[in-house]
Amino acid sequence: MSKRARALFCSPLTTAILTAAAGGVSASTDGGMGNLNMVRGVTEVSQVAYDVHMLMMWICTVIGVVVFGFMFYVMYAHRKSRGVEAANFHEHLGVEIAWTVVPALILIFMAIPATSALLKVYDTDNADIDIKVTGYQWKWQYEYLGEGVKYMSELRTSLDEVYGRVPKGEHYLREVTEPLVIPVNKKVRFLITGNDVIHSWWVPDFGVKRDAVPGLFTAAWARVNTPGMYVGECTELCGIGHAFMPVVVEVKSEEDYSVWLADKKEQAAVYASTVGKQWSPQELMEKGQQVYMRSCAGCHQPDGNGIAGVFPAVNGSAIVNGPIDGHIGILINGVAGSAMQSFADQLSEVDLAAVIHYKRNAWDNAVGDVVQPIDILNFKNAQ
Amino acid sequence: MAHGPAKGISRWLFTTNHKDIGTLYLWFSFLMFLLGGFFAMVVRAELFQPGMQLIKPEFFNQMTTMHGLVMVFGAIMPAFVGLANWMIPMMIGAPDMALPRMNNLSFWILPFAFAILVATLFMEGGGPNFGWTFYAPLSTTYAPDTVNYFIFAVHIMGASSIMGSINIIATIMNMRAPGMTYMKMPLFVWTWLITAFLLVAVMPVLAGAVTMMLMDINFGTSFFNAAGGGDPVLFQHVFWFFGHPEVYIIILPAFGVVSQIIPTFSRKPLFGYSSMVYATAAIAFLSFVVWAHHMFTVGMPIAGELYFMYATMLIAVPTGVKVFNWITTMYRGALTFETPMLFSIAFVILFTFGGFTGLMLSVAAADIQYHDTYFVVAHFHYVMVAGAVFSGTAAVYYWLPKWCGKMYNETMGKIQFWIAFIAFNITFMPQHFLGLAGMPRRYADYGLQFADWNMVSSIGAFMYGGAQLLFLFNVVRTITHGQPVSDAKVWEGADGLEWLVATPAPYHTFIKPPVISAGVEGPEWRVDAPAPAMAFKTAPEAG
Repeated sequence: MSKRARALFCSPLTTAILTAAAGGVSASTDGGMGNLNMVRGVTEVSQVAYDVHMLMMWICTVIGVVVFGFMFYVMYAHRKSRGVEAANFHEHLGVEIAWTVVPALILIFMAIPATSALLKVYDTDNADIDIKVTGYQWKWQYEYLGEGVKYMSELRTSLDEVYGRVPKGEHYLREVTEPLVIPVNKKVRFLITGNDVIHSWWVPDFGVKRDAVPGLFTAAWARVNTPGMYVGECTELCGIGHAFMPVVVEVKSEEDYSVWLADKKEQAAVYASTVGKQWSPQELMEKGQQVYMRSCAGCHQPDGNGIAGVFPAVNGSAIVNGPIDGHIGILINGVAGSAMQSFADQLSEVDLAAVIHYKRNAWDNAVGDVVQPIDILNFKNAQ
Repeated sequence: MAHGPAKGISRWLFTTNHKDIGTLYLWFSFLMFLLGGFFAMVVRAELFQPGMQLIKPEFFNQMTTMHGLVMVFGAIMPAFVGLANWMIPMMIGAPDMALPRMNNLSFWILPFAFAILVATLFMEGGGPNFGWTFYAPLSTTYAPDTVNYFIFAVHIMGASSIMGSINIIATIMNMRAPGMTYMKMPLFVWTWLITAFLLVAVMPVLAGAVTMMLMDINFGTSFFNAAGGGDPVLFQHVFWFFGHPEVYIIILPAFGVVSQIIPTFSRKPLFGYSSMVYATAAIAFLSFVVWAHHMFTVGMPIAGELYFMYATMLIAVPTGVKVFNWITTMYRGALTFETPMLFSIAFVILFTFGGFTGLMLSVAAADIQYHDTYFVVAHFHYVMVAGAVFSGTAAVYYWLPKWCGKMYNETMGKIQFWIAFIAFNITFMPQHFLGLAGMPRRYADYGLQFADWNMVSSIGAFMYGGAQLLFLFNVVRTITHGQPVSDAKVWEGADGLEWLVATPAPYHTFIKPPVISAGVEGPEWRVDAPAPAMAFKTAPEAG
């Protein structure tokens, strides 16, 4: 009997029944009923955080069992229906001092591991690698300081998946265009800042969560001992894309990391040499649509009509349909005091040219001119 | 001299009677509670499954923000101000509040504040979408234009709170009956006195924060704008200097309510009265010096983190004293479990549970993992809902017979309690798991690994919402069809001046003050001479 009951509760079937009954997620997906606790993670910081978390939880559990146990005993034993007479005492100096002093002592006992754990979090000196992490609405930029490597990392999950037009993939909302790559067993220091609003860069397995505040740099660190993919999130409300800017970090062996870094540097060099290439209007439209959906549609919407009162429409906009320099200028410099940020650092010249061309020729807009990457570069240099 | 209530709508518009104004506050807060609850239902419906099904992320953010603002400023705070209006004069033997016209004003500006706030949902750009903590620059440079209405609404709410608390302070300090010394005041009065001081101290800070926002948005200043030399972190310091005491503003009157109810149904005086008073004062003091524990991930220097961690842990001591006192009050009493007692016991258990997670959150190294996840959401709903809302519900059931002279339906009350208790835990217990497993708060959508517990949480939330409709039904049914009660005491174990006046409480009570016997401190004091005027009935006096 009790065996059967246990089997029912422990069986993954229960999960399946519950979700199926509610017409929910397909039964083949692991919905995470078993995810109950903090990860212990793969860095010293995440492990001390986990250990102090478990210590606190067990202390609280023991106190809870004692206090609530006594309370339930009282509720059982001192019920009026059992014919008890109420006592009339209402003071006892001894116990009152005891239950002030004993908790204070327990707190001192808790404060010691709590302090040493925090010292570990702040041990950011002597890093092997420095990476600047910048939060943008709604993506991350990673810059390898001193290496000349810099790129954006954005959500790869499509809007069709989000809005249920196609089935959700296995890595729904946990996949990015390009993960942050770091080597194993090296002390990596993250210098974290924000570009527009406050974001927060969190990788649970590293025990690293730091707010990305505009105008402020804060440091966190990780020395990861196990290669693999680690997924995190943005944890500070940053607007409509808050849930859609995951963090993915790939930890590679030292050799693989060196190869990867050399590759990135080479790509950067190759790219710099192709800015002068002439693109056909079709190529620009195709590339431009991709860039638009990735970097613009979050605010201006896929149909280019924006959201009234919040984000202006680009479809039919005077700027988009106006002189080319005005349009380029807005993307390069942003609009001060509004949510329109500067894309000069976020998008390459090719991407900028493509997306500007796309906007000028998509929907009801039909300016008809062609914008080349070299135009963007010239505009930047002229400023 | 005294006269009865005016007729028609003018009774409510122009009233200066503390009972009428208390009633207005209570109904208004219940209306806001239903509205804020509706917003929460929208949020939980969207989070029922991964993916966006019902609403867009833009509207989702407006819903979470409005839920928080309406619940904190519209539901919980006015509910306790309403209880204060009704009960404080009756508990200290005063005929009314000290400043009755200001009392009327402080209530009647509130509906306007919330009308403005809610109206933004229908304006171009939508309502506030930056979270109830409205961190700059999301709430300034990047906010919709309607943020100006939000700022105006917050100013009005602040003015209302400040006037309300000045009134409470003036009443308690000046209008206690002869012999009602401070250390004889019921604990509900004590907790409100301290709460009122907290409000007077921190509401102007909130007003300062929103005024700086107003300047940044409209007049080109850069308090919170890094590009102009300002500092977004300054906003958080200012906000939480208000925000942390605000948490205790909400919970201290709840402590007071529970400290009235538990002795009644234990038939035994409150244990450790004076230590309860000192613990309340200690919590209030500490609430001013711990604000930055909401900001452990912002990149403070380690000395700051350590200080705020230690100071926060310290709050566990006076809070523990309170919990031990409540339990010891029950010890060797003669307990019965009427609905107010059930809610109060659930308060003690679930609030303490929220206290445990609070203690865990105070440990900065672990908080870095908890911060801004559903673990925090679960924590503060254990203290806000199972704390403030449960105690508010208990208070309504406890004093409703005194207010309207009718007894509520006990069976329905108990059914409501058990649905609320079970549904509350189904809703919020899984949110601890979600947070620990890595789900951030304020997420319109989430990865598939969080699907199951979110669904469980949503089912619990719908049940909990349903329990509130039962509550509304029970209260209305009591007023219209309840069994009449005429016993002044109502409850066998009740003690205090409010239980000496007739049931239902006459429109005017204690026109002549009662005299309290000298010499006995704490909960053991007795009334010597109940004043004859207490029995004044509702019939209006000519002239």
